[in-house]
Amino acid sequence: MATDAPASPVLEVRGMEVAYGAIQAVQGIDLTVGAGELVCLIGANGAGKTTTLNAIAGLLPLAGGEIRFLGEPVHSLPAHKRLRRGIALVPEGRGIFTRLTVEENLRMGAYTRPDKQEVEAGLARVYAMLPRIRERLTQVAGTLSGGEQQMLAIGRALLSHPKLLLLDEPSMGLAPLVVEKIFEVIQTVASEGVTVLLVEQNAHLALEFARRGYVMESGRITLAGSGADLLADPKVRAAYLGE
Amino acid sequence: MNDLVASIPFLGKRHPAVARWGTLALIILAPILAGYFGRTWIRVLDFALLYMLLALGLNLVVGFAGLLDLGYIAFYAVGAYTWAFLASPHFELHWPIWAILPLGAGFAALAGIILGFPVLRLRGDYLAIVTLGFGEIVRIFLNNLNYPVNITNGPQGINGLDPLVLFGWDLSRTLRLGDFQIHSLYLYYYFFLLCVAGAVILIHRLQISRIGRAWAAMRDDELAAKAIGIDTRAMKLLAFSLGATFGGVAGGLFGAFQGFVSPESFSLMESIAVLTMVVFGGMGNIVGVIVGALALTFLPEILRHVAVPLQQTLFGHVILDPEVLRMLLLALAMIFMMLWKPAGLVPAQARYSRPGLLARERP
Repeated sequence: MATDAPASPVLEVRGMEVAYGAIQAVQGIDLTVGAGELVCLIGANGAGKTTTLNAIAGLLPLAGGEIRFLGEPVHSLPAHKRLRRGIALVPEGRGIFTRLTVEENLRMGAYTRPDKQEVEAGLARVYAMLPRIRERLTQVAGTLSGGEQQMLAIGRALLSHPKLLLLDEPSMGLAPLVVEKIFEVIQTVASEGVTVLLVEQNAHLALEFARRGYVMESGRITLAGSGADLLADPKVRAAYLGE
Repeated sequence: MNDLVASIPFLGKRHPAVARWGTLALIILAPILAGYFGRTWIRVLDFALLYMLLALGLNLVVGFAGLLDLGYIAFYAVGAYTWAFLASPHFELHWPIWAILPLGAGFAALAGIILGFPVLRLRGDYLAIVTLGFGEIVRIFLNNLNYPVNITNGPQGINGLDPLVLFGWDLSRTLRLGDFQIHSLYLYYYFFLLCVAGAVILIHRLQISRIGRAWAAMRDDELAAKAIGIDTRAMKLLAFSLGATFGGVAGGLFGAFQGFVSPESFSLMESIAVLTMVVFGGMGNIVGVIVGALALTFLPEILRHVAVPLQQTLFGHVILDPEVLRMLLLALAMIFMMLWKPAGLVPAQARYSRPGLLARERP
């Protein structure tokens, strides 16, 4: 099904099933993300995209199937252990710590990193990437604008030095201009060698930026291909691009 | 201490030195000042310090970790009954304070973990209901464990608890230094004061530690806290058990001070009173919680002393019981606070890092 599957996969999901009680939200999906790739997962509301990401991050238990990260099975590890392995999630709705300051938020991202010098280096890297955030270090994070909060959430995730970054709807509730800025940041992150799996409702933008994409429909992956192919696919155009 | 001084209106900002020494002098001289109005008021001060310990402990759970606990008084009860079992004629045991206080704290921590496990997945209202139930279960057990085997002596409670004895020095006796006499109530004040000071230092260290930051993160967004690698299960259990520890210590001190424990002292209303102190003073803020505990211990007592004679002169008899008035006052305090100071008297500030770590604090 998938075209040009990557040679050295960072993430391999095989037959993954996730259920909320009796409702099966994800019904056996296969997904692969190669080293350094920017891959997106698109689909309508309720298709199971967020569930998929949360399950990969370890926030939800699997009902079946397996998740391999850098060749090793991780699906039975709790979330905090998966983070230590290098899987970081920027959750839907950003999930910043509203009552901590911006800098405290960023430093919380390095919660699992004991090496102080490495943390400072990570901060410097994030500041270089997100100058807007640097200007607001002492501000309480809840007072940031939506776009700034999203950037903060991405910066915080980067401080855990992830090998795989899972981004859940970074464009949610943001103005088009801000969304473009966020995607530029995501591209910078990817160009620095971090593998990215992106969930998006904004299918057009996501497919433009991503190398490959998966289309999800009611808990199943129905299409896979390169970003350009999916953009050109008549079914995708009809369903997600409003044509 | 610095935070306490800085939060005094006007004086704290303009003359920090005056405010600092003034506060310190007031803390040390408080029982002597209170003594001018009668011994009752020193007793009230002693109780205020015990409530401070309780409120500080509950603040760990509610203010820092964001877990609403309506059964906190149960840990106070565990501490108090530990003292009653191990240092009273009830079982003919008279263990020293150094054995009982840690044991009481330990039992309370254990009770905290027992409560913590089943509620790990609950939040908000549901958590509040289960903790409320837990508090009541403990009280009902204490009330009924006098049959078939008499363990708690039921609703009569346990009498004749040993007082606090530090290195052979009995705090319940008047201390004589030549002609100079220091009443037991003063001694308890200074001992409790030391306990509160110790608790404040400990809790402050905890707040700016990794654990304090993990709690703050969990409180603001549990999912995100998991996503940045915090083991939220462990952190919740830690919050419940550490919070309970303070309750256990305060309970032991209460038992020794009072000399008598009964299930009545550990009712749901007490849990709510402590929670009110935390919320009224400022959730998540150590200074706020102390001020809240002080204010809400004193106001009802003052009211009691004013209201009863007032009612007698006005109507010839007492219409409103002081206990009813206390609840009324707590309720009014909450209502006015929500209207004018929704974050509490001394609102919490975002500060969970060691001094000097963050950019703004560097010179």
